[in-house]
Amino acid sequence: MKAWFSRHASVWILVGFCLCMAGFLSIRTGSFFSVKNVVNILEANSYRMILAIGMTFVIAAGAIDLSVGSILSLSAICMAMALHAGWPVALAVAAGLLAGALLGAVNGLLIQLTRINALIITLATSFLYRGLSLIVTLGTPVTKFPQSFRNFGCGDILGIESGVFMALILLALAFPLLYGMRFGHYLTALGSNPQALQRSGVRSIFYRVGCFAAMGLLAALAGVIITARLNSAEPNAGLDMEMDAITAVIMGGTPLSGGSAELAGTAAAVFLLGLIRNGLTLLSVSSYYQQFITGGILLCAVIAAELRERRRRCA
Amino acid sequence: MPDALIKLNQIEKRFGTVRALTKINLEVTPGNITAVVGDNGSGKSTLIKLLSGNLMPDSGAIVVGGTAYHGLTIRQSLALGIRTVYQDLSLDERKNSFENVFLGCERMRGPFLDRRTMEAETRSLLDRLEIQIPSLRMPVLHLSGGQRQGLAIARALRSPGKILLLDEPTAAMGIRESGNTLELLRRLRRDGMTQVLISHNLYQVFDVADRVFVIRAGRCIADVMTAASSPDAIHQLILEREQETAL
Repeated sequence: MKAWFSRHASVWILVGFCLCMAGFLSIRTGSFFSVKNVVNILEANSYRMILAIGMTFVIAAGAIDLSVGSILSLSAICMAMALHAGWPVALAVAAGLLAGALLGAVNGLLIQLTRINALIITLATSFLYRGLSLIVTLGTPVTKFPQSFRNFGCGDILGIESGVFMALILLALAFPLLYGMRFGHYLTALGSNPQALQRSGVRSIFYRVGCFAAMGLLAALAGVIITARLNSAEPNAGLDMEMDAITAVIMGGTPLSGGSAELAGTAAAVFLLGLIRNGLTLLSVSSYYQQFITGGILLCAVIAAELRERRRRCA
Repeated sequence: MPDALIKLNQIEKRFGTVRALTKINLEVTPGNITAVVGDNGSGKSTLIKLLSGNLMPDSGAIVVGGTAYHGLTIRQSLALGIRTVYQDLSLDERKNSFENVFLGCERMRGPFLDRRTMEAETRSLLDRLEIQIPSLRMPVLHLSGGQRQGLAIARALRSPGKILLLDEPTAAMGIRESGNTLELLRRLRRDGMTQVLISHNLYQVFDVADRVFVIRAGRCIADVMTAASSPDAIHQLILEREQETAL
């Protein structure tokens, strides 16, 4: 039991931080502990949770994806154009999701075939995809969609936006996929020792491309939620969202070098970051400080993760 | 002498301008331990990587069970029953022992990993091979060099194979662990397992091997039966290179 707690220490630390933060905010602000505010936090972070789930898979596989925001934007624009062309909502959403998965798969294929670091490849494709979004839209947002689409992306279910349920369902599916099934097992092996995996006769290309395609698919789903919420697909949507996702994954306890994953930690970190953002808004702190604080948290998380990794290796 | 299980015919391998292997002819007879010895950089590990499918030869043929291949992929090599213990062991340090033993051919219960079965089968495999690992659930990172080496050998023997390739299997081991490993190789030979052993330690080679191929600067310069030679004679053959170079 003690070993189990120690292995998942980052999750418990984050849960502790969440409780402290909630306690502090409920004392300092009268409006924190209202149903409306809690629902608001969940809704504001549903797409962040979706992106962070995908990023956990990518980082566990020893890679990183800096093109998430650009994929989100380009796939949302594909979907928006399909909707404007008169495609049925289901088909247009499917086209957007497929576009996201394909863009992600291109990342994975490029990394696999060129053997160049994922950081460099996805940095390049992030410019490429963002540029395509701007070229296709001429820099102007694609707006006004059918109500049925908006109902799908941000409609109410029991008074809560559908995006929250999508995030929770994906989180519930991600756990067995990552810890109990071959896909997650091979992804972490890919992050730890790709040569060992290959020498075991496993076709690593399938898993590397698959994890980037899944990341692309989830980015596209986040794009659906954002587009429905704003009633607008914007070429600059998703800017810096990959950084939020990476921050949550590292804070959650997944090592940046890959090889293992702490999905519960990712979920707790997304919630904690949401609490901090919400708290800063309730405390009327300028939004300029929010980015500064997020940067500080990322820096602390990376240092803590590195120290944890060194201690683990010395244990 | 029985027909060779593996034959290398005129194998050549270059890395850029460096000739790693030049017209190598080698044969491995079934049920025997065939050793490949040579100095550092002589091409021994390149040879193992060609047989295990990690590298493709530039020319020549690898004949396995009578069928000639112009190069093997890893999957082809595994399918032909060739099992390899690599010098770097190729273990996933973050995974535990039984997950490493079953990496690539996990036991499944429906779509889920059957960890309980894998752990039980690994325990019985290690018991059979007399390899001692205290906890199978501990990440491999925390095992000693000898325990990891034992695990790598157990992984190679998990599924039925015809040939076991061992690249410096005692490199990370102490005296007692090396002795245990050599005893394991003898037992495997008694069970009929064909083995190819790469080692620097000529005394260990002569302790277990039946036949020795000496590689020097990528060329096979001698093929001797251990019963008809000695470690000193092989040592002399390897040293001649240094003397030639000095001259």
